[in-house]
Amino acid sequence: MNSIENVSRRGFLKVAGITSGTFVLGMNLPIASAQGKSSTADLSHELNFFVSIASDSMVTLVCHRSEMGQGIRTSVPQIIAEELEADWQKVTVVQAKADAKYGSQGTAGSASIRNHFTSIRQIGAVARDMLEQAAANIWQVQRNTVKAEKHFVVHTATGEKISFGELASHAAKLTPPDSKKVTLKNSADFSLIGKDVKLVDLDNIVAGKAQYAQDIQLPDMLIASIVRPPVVGGSLVSFDASDALKIKGVVDVIALKPRSIPVTTNPLSGVAVLANNTWAAIEGRKKLKIKWQHGDKASHNSAEFIKQLAKQVNQQGETVAKKGDVYNHQYNDKNTVEATYTVPYIHHAPMETPAATAIVKGKKCTIWAGTQNPQWAKRNVAQELGLAKDEHDNIELNVTLMGGAFGRKSKADFIIEAVELARASKRPVKVIWSREDDIQHGFYHSISANYCKAELNDKGSADYWVSRNAYPPIGWLWNPDAKMPSDDQLALGFGDIPFALNNLSIEKHAVDSFVRPGWVRSVACINNGFALGSFVDELAVKAKLPTRQMWLNLLGDDRHVDPNKNGFKYSNYNLALTDHPVDTKRMKDLINLISDKANVEQKLPENQGWGISFLRSFGSFVAAATKVEVVNNKVNVLEMHTAVDCGIVVTPDRVKAQMEGAMVFGLSIALMGEISVQDGKVQQSNFHDYPVTRINQVPEMYVHIVESDAPPGGIGEPGVPPVAPSITNAIYHASKTRIRDLPVNKVFTV
Amino acid sequence: MIKITLNNKPVELDVDPQMPLLYALRDELKLTGTKFGCGAGQCGACTVHLNGTAIRSCITPVSAIAEQAITTIEGLADSKGRLGESSVQVAWREFKVPQCGYCQSGQMMSAAALLKVTPQPTDEQIIEHMQGNICRCGTYKRIKAAIKSAAAHSSGSDLSASHSPVSKNGVEIFDASKQGA
Repeated sequence: MNSIENVSRRGFLKVAGITSGTFVLGMNLPIASAQGKSSTADLSHELNFFVSIASDSMVTLVCHRSEMGQGIRTSVPQIIAEELEADWQKVTVVQAKADAKYGSQGTAGSASIRNHFTSIRQIGAVARDMLEQAAANIWQVQRNTVKAEKHFVVHTATGEKISFGELASHAAKLTPPDSKKVTLKNSADFSLIGKDVKLVDLDNIVAGKAQYAQDIQLPDMLIASIVRPPVVGGSLVSFDASDALKIKGVVDVIALKPRSIPVTTNPLSGVAVLANNTWAAIEGRKKLKIKWQHGDKASHNSAEFIKQLAKQVNQQGETVAKKGDVYNHQYNDKNTVEATYTVPYIHHAPMETPAATAIVKGKKCTIWAGTQNPQWAKRNVAQELGLAKDEHDNIELNVTLMGGAFGRKSKADFIIEAVELARASKRPVKVIWSREDDIQHGFYHSISANYCKAELNDKGSADYWVSRNAYPPIGWLWNPDAKMPSDDQLALGFGDIPFALNNLSIEKHAVDSFVRPGWVRSVACINNGFALGSFVDELAVKAKLPTRQMWLNLLGDDRHVDPNKNGFKYSNYNLALTDHPVDTKRMKDLINLISDKANVEQKLPENQGWGISFLRSFGSFVAAATKVEVVNNKVNVLEMHTAVDCGIVVTPDRVKAQMEGAMVFGLSIALMGEISVQDGKVQQSNFHDYPVTRINQVPEMYVHIVESDAPPGGIGEPGVPPVAPSITNAIYHASKTRIRDLPVNKVFTV
Repeated sequence: MIKITLNNKPVELDVDPQMPLLYALRDELKLTGTKFGCGAGQCGACTVHLNGTAIRSCITPVSAIAEQAITTIEGLADSKGRLGESSVQVAWREFKVPQCGYCQSGQMMSAAALLKVTPQPTDEQIIEHMQGNICRCGTYKRIKAAIKSAAAHSSGSDLSASHSPVSKNGVEIFDASKQGA
């Protein structure tokens, strides 16, 4: 986090329409990179404040992180308001533009709260401290005799109080204290954190007034629909736009500039139809005649590729982590289980397809986009426009609500498309992806194979364990030679196996890439969590133990596991192991909790079964339990539970909502989500052939949140990984059919 | 020129008659509460009411709705005509249904159309009726709960548009003879 600055006295506040007497705290870069900008005229869009308190006591708080449904536009201001002692009724929330002064705005990896909780609290605490100081100055009393309480500062001895509004102009003259030295509230005194406050965007959404990237309207704006090369790395040979240009409303047809491998997060190139309305753009696009050169990725067929990956993981790979010796051992077949699991390419399919609007005038650029990573997008755009480093602030990037993202909108390709076309057409351009574009040109969760082998011992646990995986790594986007996942990727439910094992080998394999790999909600925890959760269940079956007992036995004693001890460079989701330990007690508690709450060991009719699973990811612990019945080759999901221990909870209802959503997302992954590729081209195109969970497939759902004062973990992603294995384990216990290759609908009707 | 009644007001559309209503609403009339999700009638994000019945505006050409009444989320109201206060919207707020919110206009329009015809739906009727609306965030549990709550608290007389020609039992049969007028 950068340093906090009292910007109240800066001249440009007038430009930004802030009235005098308003107290404004902003962020400053640690280096004086804004130096030399004495002019106030063009600084208004850079007003990067965090807290503003007007003389009428109205508080404006900035949310610098991106909203995609997780409720962060409520949770971030809620944390600031808590420390500020603000009355939530008097808080207005403003969305930050892309600005490095805010520190990280990258809304990914379930990181907003878990990585920034303290620094967000400090912002509110600094403002509160200054208001208290202002009151002490006015009353001429000791600083420690005044206290902020719900939008007032109170003199504790007399009970006299002054409103935040009256204090604003006084606080505006003070120097902020060191944010690291301000006192943060005791969690016992929280009145907002841990409580369900009114959600910031709820009323607008329900009234149909919430504004998403697709909703931007500008005068003179063109809508662009783009035909992209069907194979990654493919290129345009020629095109004929004459029929397209005959469509009423079509204004222009523009070939996007060629792009090559490494694909990075650049656009895929293609041909754009620009029109006065969306319908004309779509109709015009249908009339284009295009010849493509497909390139060497046209050799890719996912059906064969997944068999190759499965073969690979049945061979020894490169060591990721190692303990003892798993190879110099005579395995007893009777006690040994070996299994290979596969997961296909999976797509985000957010309900709002990617969209962005841009205006480019010379070296100036204004953008409206739903982006999970505003600053990265801004840097990408600067590169596209050839701007020097000190010209980056010529770009104004406005962050809209996202109609879902799930990792897709971390990538700026669709934003760069809008910039490229706005520059070429010299008019405002809104790029809208069709659903077919979205499904066929995504950044997919990588197709994968995982292998597990373990030998049970006579204590109902295991002494020998091998885990391997093979999948195209995300690093390929930037480095065409990358064939192995990075350590950060391997930390996702793979290199951090928490079991008490004497002999362990975790291994990776080299794999080529053929489509754009991406981060899909919980990333490699999807396949690693599926393999781990399925395999523990398989071991339990072999050992004739309840699956809960198998987990407890494998986890062993209460302890903090350090994966680094096995030679694996464990990044722990960028969290300190001291604050966020790999804590087997919390794991066992959660597995017991879900098993008890769902009553998973109850006697069931013959065609029904319970399945459980667990994974710690993104700093949180989540267990899932699912009950299914299998009748006439059809799987009916009857009941689902998740239990989550994510440390301190900021907005309980949104934690619950994320867990509910994760169950539904996990249902899609388990039951029916599959992207297949033939001759380098994605075979699916819309929801008829890339089905996602619908209301008729959703059973009764229950969420159990563990009360905890541990540092907060993530919440957007950790709910997903244990869901799919809990479903397939349940299917096994209902039908004795083990699903090792997702999705389930290859075998059963769903 | 195609004339329709949109949220109780007369509107004239000077567009390609084949243009789906969705794009006329969003691009021409700047009513962006109705969303694009699939363009193929598969996801329900674009759901609006045609004479009180739920339709998919992304596959309904404007030529098919001439002289008829369309209600969008912006026009959804309670029995007294108060916008945004339909029983469905009240329940959606109470149960904090939305996550990203993008599909929710369509979900609410579908739910409101269901309650018009079936004021006290069973679980099966809710599931049957709402199957065409996808929510990728996974708010289905709350959608079900909110519809039940709306049914319990509603007199069944919410308005999709107060002047729309809804027949007594709330069922409006699509009248093909009115097309192209």
